[in-house]
Amino acid sequence: MDKTKKIATRESYGNALAELGKEHDNVIVLDADLAAATKTSTFKKAFPDRHIDCGIAESNMMGIAAGLSTCGYVPFASTFAMFAAGRAYEQVRNSIGYPKLNVKIGATHAGISVGEDGASHQCNEDLALMRMIPGMTVICPADDIEAKAAVKAAYELEGPVYLRFGRLAVPIVNDNSDYKFEIGKGVKLLDGSDVTIIATGLEVAYALDAAEMLAAQGISAAVVNMHTIKPLDKELVLAEAARTKRIVTVEEHSVLGGLGGAVAEVLSENACAPLLRIGVNDVFGESGPATELVAKYGLDADGICGSITKWIKK
Amino acid sequence: MDIKGLERTANKVRIGIVTAVHSAKCGHPGGALSSADILTYLFFQEMNIDPANPKKEDRDRFVLSKGHSAPGYYSVLANRGFFPVEDLKTLRHTGSYLQGHPDMKHIPGVDMSSGSLGQGISAAVGMALGAKLKGVNNRVYCLLGDGEIEEGQVWEAAMFAGFRKLDNLVLIVDNNDLQIDGHLNEVCSPDPIDEKFKAFNFNVIKINGNDMTEVAKAFEDAKAVKDKPTAIIANTVKGKGVSFMENQAGWHGKAPNDEEFETAMKDLERLGEEIG
Repeated sequence: MDKTKKIATRESYGNALAELGKEHDNVIVLDADLAAATKTSTFKKAFPDRHIDCGIAESNMMGIAAGLSTCGYVPFASTFAMFAAGRAYEQVRNSIGYPKLNVKIGATHAGISVGEDGASHQCNEDLALMRMIPGMTVICPADDIEAKAAVKAAYELEGPVYLRFGRLAVPIVNDNSDYKFEIGKGVKLLDGSDVTIIATGLEVAYALDAAEMLAAQGISAAVVNMHTIKPLDKELVLAEAARTKRIVTVEEHSVLGGLGGAVAEVLSENACAPLLRIGVNDVFGESGPATELVAKYGLDADGICGSITKWIKK
Repeated sequence: MDIKGLERTANKVRIGIVTAVHSAKCGHPGGALSSADILTYLFFQEMNIDPANPKKEDRDRFVLSKGHSAPGYYSVLANRGFFPVEDLKTLRHTGSYLQGHPDMKHIPGVDMSSGSLGQGISAAVGMALGAKLKGVNNRVYCLLGDGEIEEGQVWEAAMFAGFRKLDNLVLIVDNNDLQIDGHLNEVCSPDPIDEKFKAFNFNVIKINGNDMTEVAKAFEDAKAVKDKPTAIIANTVKGKGVSFMENQAGWHGKAPNDEEFETAMKDLERLGEEIG
């Protein structure tokens, strides 16, 4: 893990789009008056004619993206997760999901790490909402390397994809030379024998730190980076459940319906390991600096380590 | 096709609507009948389309934003040769490709899935924008209900289309004055519809949408307009052509029983004879 240069995955999104735009002239980027924040401004600078600002009208933006995709474009519709998955949920479901159109949704500012803007802008429900749409691929990258790889993979996949990015700068966790991104395939970053921590997004870095703290207490924890929430890597979940007999999920999202929900579904159908879900506990967030909120909601390394020790002792 | 031929065809389209909805024992005949003349003109005269090659790239596009008028859409597509007219009787049946609302994945000739009101117009705007960006010289048509335009998304889409000067886009508002809960003026009237679209930088044309000559002129006039999208406000009669359905909100989403079906078919037969 490289903590020396932290990059927010929204930055990676903007950079990846600009790269993709160079290679493919059918890439078109839509935004809803948030280009400076979602970082699609990077793409806009390079390809102003292929950047469409739809104004503050996310529902219409999703429909325009649907229409453009029927003309052979591969649209990346970009806004905050709250508006992409929340406000425009039904447009995504009916105008993109139902006709299985080749639209990519780039949702930035997901989770409580939005920080000071507070609960109204902290979307802790998007993974659950998007996961419910038949045929929707849902990806939550952990760092800069993975976010860029995910954008490229989303372009190459025919069909709707939801990409979840964050506002907070995060360390690099996928800097090993043999790193390979494959949609639907989780990555085991650390081996361990007592418990497997399955984390997604910015929680992967915290999970790795937590595993180190657990080791100091004599608990050997494996860490899996589950970048794809749908389709979930069921084989990996079940293999880890059979091996360590204890599964913990960690996400900057509600414990309901997201990574924890998806893993719970797999485990309960196979009844092979108890599960601890660490996430936002069915509450709204609040204002505060992102890292303080992550700690307050028990989602930093200390919080993860504490929850796991308590759970194992019980 | 001349006006008389188009009127004859519209009558056939109406027969298909009533047949389909009767067979389905449910569905939406009222708004399908009110817009039958517009749909007929679009698919038999106006649009560059090919039933043998429904996906040809430079085709004109059509989006039925008021997706519940699917029986009208399907009847016009079938009569135009996109699929057998006989299949209209499978509307809404389990296993049929003729879904309750338009499904682009399974129905030849359908350019966009729709049905959730207010959404089709955005896709149509996206298509018009895509054509402009690609330099494809086609036109995009989108049929909306007058009740449908109570949806806020319609105005998001209209604002974008007016701002972007999408003169390859033609909206048609099927202004039959009725929605499920009653007359527009008793529910939540969008009037004045023409002034609203004018304020959103549209070229606005008001016509009698059940008069084929006026329908033809409106689409011709729209072609001459540059730098503005067009909105055709088409005053129509809900349930047009079927005596007991005309101007009745109750026939928005109800199928005729066997007896009513016979009456409706006689009405349309008589209308057919009148057209000659």
